[in-house]
Amino acid sequence: MNWYEIWAELWPTLIAIGIILAVVPVVGLYATFVERKLAAAVQDRLGPNRVGPFGLFQAIADGIKIFLKEQIIPSHVHTFIYMLAPCISLMTAMFALAVLPYGPTPVNYFGGLRFIVMPGLDISLLIMFAISSLSAYGIILGGWASNNKYSLYGAIRSCAQFISYEIPMGLSVIGVILVAGSMNIETIVASQGSGDGISGWNLWWQPLALIIFFTSALAETNRLPFDLPECEQELVGGFHTEYGGIKFVLFFLAEYTHVVTVSFLTTLLFFGGWHFPGVPSEVTASYGILALQMLVLLVKVCGVVCFIMLLRWALPRFRFDQLMGLAWKGLIPLAMLNLVFLAVFESLGWHRWPLAVLSVLLFVAAGYWSAWQSQSFVRKASVT
Amino acid sequence: MSTAETPVAQVEKKQKKKTVQWGDDPKIGFVEALYLPAIAGGIATALKHAFFKKRSTAQYPEQKPEMPPNYRGVHRLNRDEEGRVKCVACYMCQTACPANCIEIIAAPAPQDDPKWANRDKFPATFTIDELRCIYCGMCEEACPVDAIELTSIYDLTGMSRQEMIFDKEKLLSVFDETSKAGLDPVRTNRGALGPASEKSMQSTDSPPPPGRGKHG
Repeated sequence: MNWYEIWAELWPTLIAIGIILAVVPVVGLYATFVERKLAAAVQDRLGPNRVGPFGLFQAIADGIKIFLKEQIIPSHVHTFIYMLAPCISLMTAMFALAVLPYGPTPVNYFGGLRFIVMPGLDISLLIMFAISSLSAYGIILGGWASNNKYSLYGAIRSCAQFISYEIPMGLSVIGVILVAGSMNIETIVASQGSGDGISGWNLWWQPLALIIFFTSALAETNRLPFDLPECEQELVGGFHTEYGGIKFVLFFLAEYTHVVTVSFLTTLLFFGGWHFPGVPSEVTASYGILALQMLVLLVKVCGVVCFIMLLRWALPRFRFDQLMGLAWKGLIPLAMLNLVFLAVFESLGWHRWPLAVLSVLLFVAAGYWSAWQSQSFVRKASVT
Repeated sequence: MSTAETPVAQVEKKQKKKTVQWGDDPKIGFVEALYLPAIAGGIATALKHAFFKKRSTAQYPEQKPEMPPNYRGVHRLNRDEEGRVKCVACYMCQTACPANCIEIIAAPAPQDDPKWANRDKFPATFTIDELRCIYCGMCEEACPVDAIELTSIYDLTGMSRQEMIFDKEKLLSVFDETSKAGLDPVRTNRGALGPASEKSMQSTDSPPPPGRGKHG
């Protein structure tokens, strides 16, 4: 292998890495802006509207302000780990994006410009999960190094939450892997393509897996219905209590990167990636079609991001025992049953459409079971 | 429990059962156990507010809020019809002030000046520390001649503490400005005695608590 060949392999990767490194902080900043605007709309306010037209430069002003802040390192922290934790947090969050295609990518990698850092990887989904579960590491280190009880408590909660929600997340994704027959994300997206562009989405035969996946993913991002590690009312700031200025922003950016990652995964695994009615399914070299497919993908991802932001204002926070109960008593058994049904259907070669009905039935049955359990518990409690 | 309980014991048990309230979780019905209807309801509420409700933001610097008539803002010293300061330097406001922010030095009114012929005293200095003031309005209530009033100016700012100590001229200029703008008509009872001055000290009353302010 001479230098020329290495360079030919290298430059698309470098460009893809550069795009991710350049775009993610901007997306993070503007996600805060969008979130503030959305929060304001839900709360009958206007939100930031002073800096630039419609307040569009507010994100930049925030960024400048935060970069100019004084760097304070409390005297009681373990300095090295304290500085390292936010870096690890952001690094793992961004590393997870390496296997996610942010534009149409063919299954067979043909070289040249592409929209993914690691193309043609047969275990890209596995790598994705391996890395994204590492992000608990940054939070735990941060909480531990802060040498503060609130921080440590937030970190411990985060750890427990991550461990619990990894399981239903993995189980629900196994269904998708079974349907596609591959752990390669590009193959999974390609398997959702069909003539009309919408009937092939995994959403139709895996609605229950979608709900379970989305719930667990939301818990992994530490966002509002499950933001126990950083809930202000109980833990001051949770694991980032002792962090300020740019170090806090790294944690913050990691959280928003997680939101983006989760939205990408949801779109790619369940909403058919770049497949849409009226858009050609095949990934070709035509730039116009590539741009159209990329637009479809990004619009879907933005929709999921906005939905996650909206959920924040629609749901109250879970109590910690409810959080754990939801994972261990609700999502894990449901995901397992769903997986068993899917495995039976796949191994017998039956048509997949009844799976949607089965999913709904399973969900309703779980709700009925839960209600019945709750009532019988109340009955027993009142007798004794 | 055995069946050999007396009726009295049973009644007692029943009553006990009623009086003790356990803080159980509320019963979860079928619909609640599904979670999704509640989530959809929450999202619907959020969307309803986002798209169909009127935004209640006031664009503050451009759009000034209208203060209620009894708003207690920056003080002013009123002038009478002849342009003199209305204050008669009776120290009522200074005595009433719980924050101890008013300081008056009285002087005998210039007797040779016919303008001051019907006055005994007048304030030589009248300073209010606007930073120390808690804007309770007790000076206004205490004033027997309606000389001190709180205006509806709410956006008082300054660059130094010294700047925020208002002297007599400054307080009179606040009156000139606010009365020119017509924002704050003289609102107390125009010369009648205020409520603070109505009850006179009786000999049977206990003496005032010592140490409240310089003149307390």
